[in-house]
Amino acid sequence: MTPMQSTELLKVSGLQMRFGGLLAVDGIDFNVRRNEVFAIIGPNGAGKTTVFNCVGGFYKPTGGQVILDGHRIAGLPSHLVARKGLVRTFQNIRLFKQLTVVENLLVAQHLQIKTGLLRGLFATPAYRRAEREALERAAQWLERMGLSQVANWEAGTLSYGHQRRLEIARCMITQPRLLMLDEPAAGLNPQEKIELQNLIDDLRHEFGISVLLIEHDMSLVMGVSDRIMVMEHGRPIVTAKPEEVRNDPRVIKAYLGED
Amino acid sequence: MTQAISIQPALASAAPASGTLKNAVIAASMTAVLTIPVLGLQLKLEGYKVVLEPHWRPVWISVIAVFLFQLCKPMFSRARRAVRLPSVPALGARQQRVAIWVLLAVGLVWPFFGSRGAVDVVTLALIYVILGLGLNIVVGFAGLLDLGYVGFYAVGGYTYALLNQYFGLTFWECLPIAAMMSATFGFLLGFPVLRLRGDYLAIVTLGFGEIIRLLLNNLTSLTGGPDGVSGIPKPTVFGIEMARNAKVEGTKTFHEMLGWTYSGEHMVLFLYLLALLLVGFTLFVSSRLIRMPMGRAWEALREDEIACRSLGLNPTRIKLSAFTLGASFAGLGGAFFAARQGLVNPESFTFIESALILAVVVLGGMGSQLGVILAAILLTVLPELTREFAEYRMLIFGLVMILMMMWRPQGLLPASRPHVELPR
Repeated sequence: MTPMQSTELLKVSGLQMRFGGLLAVDGIDFNVRRNEVFAIIGPNGAGKTTVFNCVGGFYKPTGGQVILDGHRIAGLPSHLVARKGLVRTFQNIRLFKQLTVVENLLVAQHLQIKTGLLRGLFATPAYRRAEREALERAAQWLERMGLSQVANWEAGTLSYGHQRRLEIARCMITQPRLLMLDEPAAGLNPQEKIELQNLIDDLRHEFGISVLLIEHDMSLVMGVSDRIMVMEHGRPIVTAKPEEVRNDPRVIKAYLGED
Repeated sequence: MTQAISIQPALASAAPASGTLKNAVIAASMTAVLTIPVLGLQLKLEGYKVVLEPHWRPVWISVIAVFLFQLCKPMFSRARRAVRLPSVPALGARQQRVAIWVLLAVGLVWPFFGSRGAVDVVTLALIYVILGLGLNIVVGFAGLLDLGYVGFYAVGGYTYALLNQYFGLTFWECLPIAAMMSATFGFLLGFPVLRLRGDYLAIVTLGFGEIIRLLLNNLTSLTGGPDGVSGIPKPTVFGIEMARNAKVEGTKTFHEMLGWTYSGEHMVLFLYLLALLLVGFTLFVSSRLIRMPMGRAWEALREDEIACRSLGLNPTRIKLSAFTLGASFAGLGGAFFAARQGLVNPESFTFIESALILAVVVLGGMGSQLGVILAAILLTVLPELTREFAEYRMLIFGLVMILMMMWRPQGLLPASRPHVELPR
């Protein structure tokens, strides 16, 4: 049975994650619609990244459901979650540092390049074509991200901003349905932040993906998001449109403290 | 002015000098504590009784030696800083490939002019090249520390030995079977260690290597126990026997076929060329692998397992494939080893062999094929050249390794990148 084409791509309900005696997140309910940019914000330690890890399969949640396009994915190993079209970046960039930039993008296409061991060893025409196509796709993405100049550099030697962009390119080349960005603007200068905002906008419109975003930078969040969930102490306090969030007294209280 | 300058360092070194003296005294007394029970007191049989006899001389000598060494250590370290070591140029990927071709070409030609003994030693070195390149897949490419690699080598050797003994299969039939058998064992070992990395993985693989050796030692009815299997036939030249007289009446041997006079050297040369062929095969396969999606996945896994998973790569499969393919080359090496020696016993597959193969990979430069080849030749040929030193051989060997790791921790020839380049 094919899942019904609903407007919701990701649906998280009653998500709970407990580490021993510590209840990190509890009662998380939200959904991400198709082609929507959904942001999670909140003070440090509110449990945003924990939510990410639960959704992406890096933690096995102790309660609740995560449903991607009608399939339950909570508790699934992360590589299977990724194969369902949900890929992420990391708060502290995780590139394959000693591999070159283009190789990073080739690794990400591992699943698309279907080559058997023997076909590769004998370099059959089918294998060579698959490799060439992968290389071309990588080149296109590098062009698009403005990384062509550094294609053959080791990824670890790139500047911070370039590393961030490469990490996003590496996600996009897997042809995801939901892109999860964990603090993508951290460490970027104002100019790079504007570029990032444009990039997220473009990717969303061009590829029809949904974006789940964790970010501290308010101008970016307010500028790019359709809806925002605010978290505090492991619980959601508000889920609303940016302008509503901006003026919500509970949010102001969470960020600025009791007045 | 000049005086002031010359006084300055003298004052500066005055403070550490007392520290050095203190260190030396502490080290000397520690040495005394350690050496008194070992060197100072010796058991002696006096009639029916065993008595303890004190021997203070060796204790004094070692205490004084340690004291003096500690006292002079700052000078050594200063001297070390002053000595400039020649730096080996970092070769690019293309140059390394050219160097490998040159090495193969030289390897093909020189034995026809070399002595029989030298050819024999280098044949042994080539076995270590095969093993080094195989382990390089696991340790260098995939970054999984494997201390039990010799287990797969043993499986390969015994596969040929036993299949020949029980079923009369020839070397050429057994070679792929040995590779597959070792690969199977690699796969089996892969399963329990999937969740492990680093130190834990090293310990489990170490145990695995020992289990294989102990099994071979104790399954006496099957493997012949400590005596091993002997009388393993040498490889044939595509079915033509290479011996003085044909085993089977009516068949011709190699030298009769070509009308040569029989010489034992032919066999040595043939084995050498066969080893070179296997090295060529191993090189070809492993350098193809590293450029394939599978090889890239190995390297990605080495760099960051979590990032791999986030992109949908299955770490389990990647690790298993590295273990399996790495082990299969040990199987090839093992079968050849059995054929060359004509005898296998568990003694040949002790932990020290694993350590040696690992040393080849680390010394050569993890992930670097040319480096591994050079290190394998160095580590097998050097000990043969220094045979006169006999007992000090291992000592020198150890010293070379320590110095190597101090001066060039990345190995003789560090791996070259990139494997794939975007043309512009």
